[in-house]
Amino acid sequence: METLFFLIITLVAIVSAILVITCKNPINSALSLIMTFFCLATYYVMLDAPFMAAVQVMVYAGAIMVLMVFTIMLLNIRVDASKKHSHKLFLGSIIGFFTFFNIAFVLFKSHVAMPTGPYSVDMIKQIGHTELIGKEIFTNFLLPFEITSILLLVAIVGAVILAKKKI
Amino acid sequence: MENLNGYLIVSAILFSIGTIGVLTRKNAIVIFMCIELMLNAVNLTFVALSRHLGNLDGQIFVFFIMTVAAAEAAVGLALIIAFFNNKETIDVDDINLMKW
Amino acid sequence: MFDNVWLIPLLPFIGFLINGLLGKRIKNETVIGGIASAMVLGSFIVSCLTLFNLLSLPGEERQVEVKIFSWITSGVFNADVAFLIDPLSCLMIMVVSGVGFLIHLYSIGYMHGEEGYYRYFSYLNLFTFSMLLLVLGNNLLLMFVGWEGVGLCSYLLIGYYFHKKSAADAGKKAFVMNRIGDFGFLLGIFTLFWYLGSSHNVWTITFTELANNSHLLPTGGIVTVITLCFFLGATGKSAQIPLYTWLPDAMEGPTPVSALIHAATMVTAGVYMIARMNYLFIRSPETLAVIAVIGACTALFAATIGTAQNDIKRVLAYSTVSQLGYMFLAMGVGAFGAGIFHLMTHAFFKACLFLGSGAVIHSMHGALHHAHSNDDAQDMRNMGGLRSKMPLTFITFLLATIAISGIPGFSGFFSKDEILWQAFSNPHHGSLNFLLWGMGALAAGLTAFYMFRLVFMTFFGECRITPKAKDHLHESPMIIVLPLIVLAGLSVVGGFIGIPKVIGDLFGGIPNYLEHYLDPVFKHSEEYMAHHGAHTGIHNIALEWGLMGTSVLIALIGITVAYSLYVANKGIPARFVAAFPGLHRAVYNKWYIDELYDNIIVNPCKAFSQFLWKGFDVIVIDGAVNGVAKTVMACSGVFRLMQSGLISNYAWSMAFGVVVMLSYFILK
Repeated sequence: METLFFLIITLVAIVSAILVITCKNPINSALSLIMTFFCLATYYVMLDAPFMAAVQVMVYAGAIMVLMVFTIMLLNIRVDASKKHSHKLFLGSIIGFFTFFNIAFVLFKSHVAMPTGPYSVDMIKQIGHTELIGKEIFTNFLLPFEITSILLLVAIVGAVILAKKKI
Repeated sequence: MENLNGYLIVSAILFSIGTIGVLTRKNAIVIFMCIELMLNAVNLTFVALSRHLGNLDGQIFVFFIMTVAAAEAAVGLALIIAFFNNKETIDVDDINLMKW
Repeated sequence: MFDNVWLIPLLPFIGFLINGLLGKRIKNETVIGGIASAMVLGSFIVSCLTLFNLLSLPGEERQVEVKIFSWITSGVFNADVAFLIDPLSCLMIMVVSGVGFLIHLYSIGYMHGEEGYYRYFSYLNLFTFSMLLLVLGNNLLLMFVGWEGVGLCSYLLIGYYFHKKSAADAGKKAFVMNRIGDFGFLLGIFTLFWYLGSSHNVWTITFTELANNSHLLPTGGIVTVITLCFFLGATGKSAQIPLYTWLPDAMEGPTPVSALIHAATMVTAGVYMIARMNYLFIRSPETLAVIAVIGACTALFAATIGTAQNDIKRVLAYSTVSQLGYMFLAMGVGAFGAGIFHLMTHAFFKACLFLGSGAVIHSMHGALHHAHSNDDAQDMRNMGGLRSKMPLTFITFLLATIAISGIPGFSGFFSKDEILWQAFSNPHHGSLNFLLWGMGALAAGLTAFYMFRLVFMTFFGECRITPKAKDHLHESPMIIVLPLIVLAGLSVVGGFIGIPKVIGDLFGGIPNYLEHYLDPVFKHSEEYMAHHGAHTGIHNIALEWGLMGTSVLIALIGITVAYSLYVANKGIPARFVAAFPGLHRAVYNKWYIDELYDNIIVNPCKAFSQFLWKGFDVIVIDGAVNGVAKTVMACSGVFRLMQSGLISNYAWSMAFGVVVMLSYFILK
């Protein structure tokens, strides 16, 4: 049952990913990308990481993609049929396939280590994923977490400056 | 339940599709979205391995990647808008100022 | 006791800074000249105090070093900014600041209304600073700094009227000639430092330490090399054969500059340097012989040229060269004290002569200007009969002329006679002595001749300028005449501090003050001579009287000849010129030495430089450099094609590279 579900989700994810790169209209690409992100969120749930799934939906599918869609609509680029929308299709595909085969080769040749960490599935289910993540972030990863806020601040300032009329 | 290889293969496929998109498309926003796709493929690997190893570090990493992606989206899109304001285009083939 | 010695060079330097930096804004000539003169006066006062302090010490302690600060310390090499106070340097600072002050005062009047007034005074102050540094420095390097500083100021002041091509050229000539000499000086410093250090482990360039270690030096050999190098430096700075040609040209500068730099002080730096390092020179008989011969030759040679010049300043310039030759003759015969004595008296009477000629030129210039005449204000053929127009100038000029001619009782007589006697009687040169004396005596006669020729042509006879201009001739203002009077007075009485023993005995044993005063400076030389002097000099009082009488007689003959040629029978010079046209032309054209140098040294140098420029530099060096650049450009032209500026190309190459590398690691 679960394997079937996984396969269905995989199919949807790959098809929508292909749509992202093939659609002529950017808005369609964006919508397909949102679909892919939802599929990934589903994977995260299946991997017993409900917090990551929630963040995925909120940040990616929500915030980032909304920003993208807004940008696309704001710029309102006319889809010019006469113009080629992609180039070097053949070469790019070869590179892409080679990338895939490389990764696949690495995956099949290498051995994944046995579980080492303390967080078993049972433990996550018992305590709760969000709480465990929170403990990790606010103890071991406190400094990077704080620095992240500065990164976001810089991004905000940068975006405001860049989007002004005259730079 | 133990389906690590499946997730990793899906991740690889998504990453490759993202790569092809980056290399073949001309619309800057679409290229941008393909990069997001690649980032997400990596995220999937992180979460899957984190779950497999019983270690939450990978998921924390995903958390940070998302932050970076958000910042990147904000700045990147602002750049695209700024460029569009100047050149009336976001076709990467028209962006060729970076040469001698 | 000598705590305020640092003020002596510093005060003129402050004056230089004030006038140099703010002079353009001050504008008021009195203020500018006043500041400059006051600074030098201050320096003179401190010099006097220093001299009194020094005199209050017993003779053997009269050598004090005052360290201001450490300058360079590098391993064994050590150079401080420190001043050496001893009788020699004290005498020099007195002369430099004293005569310097009078000339500053004179300049206030003389340079009145000139463009760049502040520039003139700031250079003059900088010169005084450098000269004082030169004479006060306690080591060779500090002396060299002053040495270069005075050279620079000389260049700047000769080229003061830089918009005139001849003045700019003369400045350049002086600079280049001096550089040849400086090259020798530097080599001398290096060789001395290296030799004493490497063979005796005495790493020093300080004068006192050099003197104390001079017993380590051999006689001749390396010392000859070192001293010849130093002497080359001295010939450049002090205008001796072969590097003298710049000094007559240096007369392009303002006349007070000629008086201060090119007569009284700077050109005597070479003499001072040799006297300062007497313990070195005394150890090399060969160098002493070279110096003596060159000095005597210069004295005679320049005097012959002086007899035929018509430019009043040029006559004085050749006279200066000739008198410097006397000083070097004194150095060369080991009579360091006599040389310094002549240096001092020469500073007085030659400064007076130059300033007097400046007053004449000033007056002539003004008169000719009023009469709208284009005649040369410096040409003696245009002068004449100025005696009645400028009585004070005439009297002072005459006194200085008598002094330089060596008439008994005046300062020049004592110093010149001392040199001639030492040239005859010294123990160094054997049979050469008589020749040296003969050349010196002959030069003395010529000196008397051309100096009185100058006086007769300028002040006697009838005025040769237009009557209209004649009415405008007048005595110079007081500020110009005052220094003349002071200097003329010094020219008359300055010699009495160094009365020779034979004359002193005649008047009840008046001692030779200067000789005793300078004794501590030359004691190392005297010790050396006491040990090594194979045969002592001649001590014959009758002979000394005889020689003295001879030289006075020669001088009187010179004066008589000048009188008979230029006052009594004015036709003779013209007939003489007509009888020996070749000789006159050669002398008038300075024996064609400048042309000789041009053809032997300057033109081949130019041709060689032209070859290096057009041939070597353009083709080989530029070719190599440009060839490298062109090769790089060609290669980068190929690689430039990769930089398309398109993001997709960059992304594609990056992805391609990643895939290739990944494949390599997998398949390895």
